[in-house]
Amino acid sequence: MNNLLWLVPTLPLVSFLILALAGKHVSRVWVAIIGAGSVSLSAIITLIIGISFLSLPPATGNYSQTLWTWMQVGGFNPKITLFLDALSLIFVFVITFIGALIHIYSVGFMADDKDYSRFFACMNLFVFSMLLLVLADNLLLLYLGWEGVGLCSYLLIGFWYENPANGYAARKAFIITRVGDTAMAIGLFVIFYQFGTLVIPDVLAKAPILWHQGAYMATITALLLLAGGVGKSAQLPLQTWLPDAMAGPSPVSALIHAATMVTAGVYLIARMHVIFQLSPIAQMIVAVIGTATLFIAGLSALTQYDIKRVLAYSTISQIGYMFLALGVGAWTAAIFHFVIHAFFKALLFLAAGAVIEALHHEHNMFKMGGLKNKLPVIFWTFLVGSASLAALPLISAGFYSKDQILWYAWASQSGNPLLWFIALLGAFITALYTTRMMILVFWGEAKTAIGHHPGKLMTVPLIILAFFSLFAGFIELPHNFGHFTLFSNLLHQVLPETVLKAGINTELQFQVLASLSTFGGIYLAYIFYYKQPQRIEKLKQSGFAMNLYFFWFSGWGFDKLYNVLIVKPIVFIANINKNDVVDKLYQGITFVTIRLYQSLSFTQSGSLRWYVMGLVIGAIIILSIQIML
Amino acid sequence: MILVYLIGILMGGGLLALMLGQWNKNLSRWIALCALSTGFIALLFFWIDQYRTINIHLSNPWMIDYRHDWIPLFGISFHLGIDGLSLLLLVLTFFLGILAVLCSWNDVKERVGFYYFNLLWILAGISGVFMAMDLFLFYFFWEMMLIPMYFLIGIWGSENRVYAAYKFFIFTQASGLLMLLAIIGLYFIHGRNTGIYTFNYFELLGTAISPGIAFWLMLGFMIAFVVKLPIVPFHTWLPDAHSEAPTAGSLILAGLLLKTGAYGILRFVLPLFPQAARELAPWAMLFGVIGIIYGAILAYSQTDLKRLVAYTSVSHMGFVILGIFAFNELALQGVVMQLVTHAISTGALFIMAGMLKERLHTRDINHMGGLWTEMPQMGAIAMLFAMASLGLPGLGNFIAEFLILVGAFKANVLLTIIATIGLIFSAIYSLRIVQKVFLGPSERQDPVHDFSFREIMVMAALTLSIVWLGLYPQPVINTVKPMINKLEYIFPIENKNTQKENHQATPLNAHQYRVKKQE
Repeated sequence: MNNLLWLVPTLPLVSFLILALAGKHVSRVWVAIIGAGSVSLSAIITLIIGISFLSLPPATGNYSQTLWTWMQVGGFNPKITLFLDALSLIFVFVITFIGALIHIYSVGFMADDKDYSRFFACMNLFVFSMLLLVLADNLLLLYLGWEGVGLCSYLLIGFWYENPANGYAARKAFIITRVGDTAMAIGLFVIFYQFGTLVIPDVLAKAPILWHQGAYMATITALLLLAGGVGKSAQLPLQTWLPDAMAGPSPVSALIHAATMVTAGVYLIARMHVIFQLSPIAQMIVAVIGTATLFIAGLSALTQYDIKRVLAYSTISQIGYMFLALGVGAWTAAIFHFVIHAFFKALLFLAAGAVIEALHHEHNMFKMGGLKNKLPVIFWTFLVGSASLAALPLISAGFYSKDQILWYAWASQSGNPLLWFIALLGAFITALYTTRMMILVFWGEAKTAIGHHPGKLMTVPLIILAFFSLFAGFIELPHNFGHFTLFSNLLHQVLPETVLKAGINTELQFQVLASLSTFGGIYLAYIFYYKQPQRIEKLKQSGFAMNLYFFWFSGWGFDKLYNVLIVKPIVFIANINKNDVVDKLYQGITFVTIRLYQSLSFTQSGSLRWYVMGLVIGAIIILSIQIML
Repeated sequence: MILVYLIGILMGGGLLALMLGQWNKNLSRWIALCALSTGFIALLFFWIDQYRTINIHLSNPWMIDYRHDWIPLFGISFHLGIDGLSLLLLVLTFFLGILAVLCSWNDVKERVGFYYFNLLWILAGISGVFMAMDLFLFYFFWEMMLIPMYFLIGIWGSENRVYAAYKFFIFTQASGLLMLLAIIGLYFIHGRNTGIYTFNYFELLGTAISPGIAFWLMLGFMIAFVVKLPIVPFHTWLPDAHSEAPTAGSLILAGLLLKTGAYGILRFVLPLFPQAARELAPWAMLFGVIGIIYGAILAYSQTDLKRLVAYTSVSHMGFVILGIFAFNELALQGVVMQLVTHAISTGALFIMAGMLKERLHTRDINHMGGLWTEMPQMGAIAMLFAMASLGLPGLGNFIAEFLILVGAFKANVLLTIIATIGLIFSAIYSLRIVQKVFLGPSERQDPVHDFSFREIMVMAALTLSIVWLGLYPQPVINTVKPMINKLEYIFPIENKNTQKENHQATPLNAHQYRVKKQE
């Protein structure tokens, strides 16, 4: 069944082509059927392939399918080859399955939009690009998917193009991620000259032979790839595009945050793990970036009033956890958190979209409230998603994935108490802002009347996602209870096992601490936002607290910093040189020529007196020169 | 003989269009279209025919040759010959020629016969440049494409056309004269060495010239070519000429005329003066990179749509220079790809700028905006070509730029990194085009119509080409492979490395010597 693999990315591509070329002539029903159907079909084929891959694993642990040779120049011959192993299988599964649910939801959500077919065309292209990214067998093809994802995010963030602010957000997303992409492209050049190939399995096989542990080139390569990952995954210092990316429709946010785009960086690092393992410094940097990001973004999430911006910052923060896990060598834990995060973050965005739509496009949480009983399906599913995000112990899937990362941040060989502590603090902050969001949106008094209730097309995907947000965690249980390792067993075909520090045997106390931090966060939010809201008012009196609030609210001033340091100077230079200073040189030449000819033609006045006078003066000068000599 | 016919059909078609245009304007349009289509189809058949044997004759890149004495007294002959590079650029010439005719179909209303005469004679000149294997003949064609272009800009251009036409003429003419001097210099040196006075390219190859003189001769050729290409600081004729020329003129300028500069470097500068070219390489690469960044920043600040696209050409041609002087197969293949894909993508952008001008009567992007609502088709196509211009993988320009950068990385890491940063700038200006023209709120009252059938045909041809080149560029790569192998043979990479070391070693030794002396 594996030879059906090519169909998985092809179906969304074909659907994109149909909708892009003939979208005007296709009725809305058929747009929905083609747009959502193609991705759903891909998801079904993925399931079939997945079952056959798991029941009859290929001898080499992977399966590849070459479609054609892209080009052949000298020793450089990248092929259009799809490569399936356990890691890409998991990503393909998440992309197609969650992608399909988001598409089905969009059929209902976008029902009244005038650009129905353009929306589905772009969404399909998005899914296609991401599938190509994770299925590529060489880095050039991966780069194609990588840039395609960037393009689609641009198209969809700026989907409602009449508003220039949306266009700005879209361009910001494209350009900031492009900064990372450029570094990654340089990384590809380095890899090509080091290994003479861009085929990923070959590179990974050759790397440990060519480079010794801690080699200088390994660090450089790893950092260049990391820069690419940091851009796409919205990690420090290229995280600023993601909060603004909320300009697009909610299903787009769900697709960007859960199934595609932002997880590309996690995939890239996991895929190229051999190079990162060769450079302990680079790995340490990955962990530090992840930790710093999860902390900074968490505090920013705490201060937002736009519900989608809270979720955006929470994504940055959760991806920070994945980077932390990758950095401490907990490869499978990172991927596990990716899967769980995909479920609950898609759920949260889609539910938030339903709330926003029900409230006449109101994004401000402080104008929501009291929706608990009015939108029961949304409430319960949102609650499940929030529980998973806050990592509510034992019952939520998020607990199992996040707890694993916290534990490895301490216990893995490259783990370290400081990383663990900040991550724990991050868990506390996560619980705090998640509960704050829940309380503001669903409890208290209703401040905005409900416009219309979401239909079945929107609620059914929510319920499915809620189911997985609760129970998907059970495919991987901690050592001390259950020790069920279905997920990591599968992944260990590709990714190495995490090496633990010597002499650590108890995971339990860490789990207790993690649970306590979650409950602490929930309790604090309960006090501040439900029980005693006057405490918040009191806090608002203090100047220091307000300054801190605005600092966090603005995303720690990164936008301002980049604006002053990079954007302004470049725009300034561009604008003063609008008329091209080089041209002044040539204009100068013409100017001198014209002046010269004008002054000479001045002498040609046509008046005989002047000419006679000229003759006489000339004669006098010549004569006097002769006399003097 | 096919080569002679190709030029003949263009020149003859031009004369016929001029004469019959007096009576019937439509007739001259159809004559131009037929002449170009016939040539294009003939070339395609020729290409397919040659393509089968291309991989067999890897050692000899030359496909076909025609020679007839012209002025035997001075060793001048009418000598045409093509290899893969010439063939590719000829196909491109006829392809863009057809599009140029189609996009000026309704645009040009005055002196139609003379217009198509000029158009066809420019194309004849360009074709001649790509085929001439006699340096005198080459110079003849080089000048021949200049004069009709001058008329095209000066007569059918927009407001500031006379200024632009003069500027274009003087820049290219002045630099062309330097080349003429260099050609004559080479002629006499070769004559004195061997006793045979000839302008034949193949005989002049490998002329023994003392390094000092060779450098100056090389510079004579080089300046003519880099003004055409253009590289910063010789680029300032280009924004004026491009923005004032009629649509077809901009298309031919960007798509073909600039390419003659790159072709000249590949065909003459490198093979005739390998040693001098090698000495120039670091500087040329530096100027290429300066062009990439400088052009991109200027493109960002422009408000005139055609001027903006013109500056993107400056930026993209920087990649060409960077790639040529990297002297390796990857970069050179990238250069050829860049010539083809840039012609298509920038040509498409110029055509769309012309269509917008026709509809809105302005080129100022500040007066556009929100056009997507009314023109979704043009918006989508413009988006595609903006993406091509920023180097999105899957489209032809990416292959070109990636190959150039990979190749250049081998030759000079630092400059390549700076050039790669240029990709960020290209994203910034490309997205600005789309935003300013098609997105945002619309302030327009009167309706504008989307593509007409003729316009769809033009854009479809360009779109298919750019996607094809992005996904399966192999036919192009294979066609120029023998020619590039030959070039690479002149510049063996091993030699280059050792040379570099020697080069670095000499000043060090001198320095040490001086230090010793002081002691």
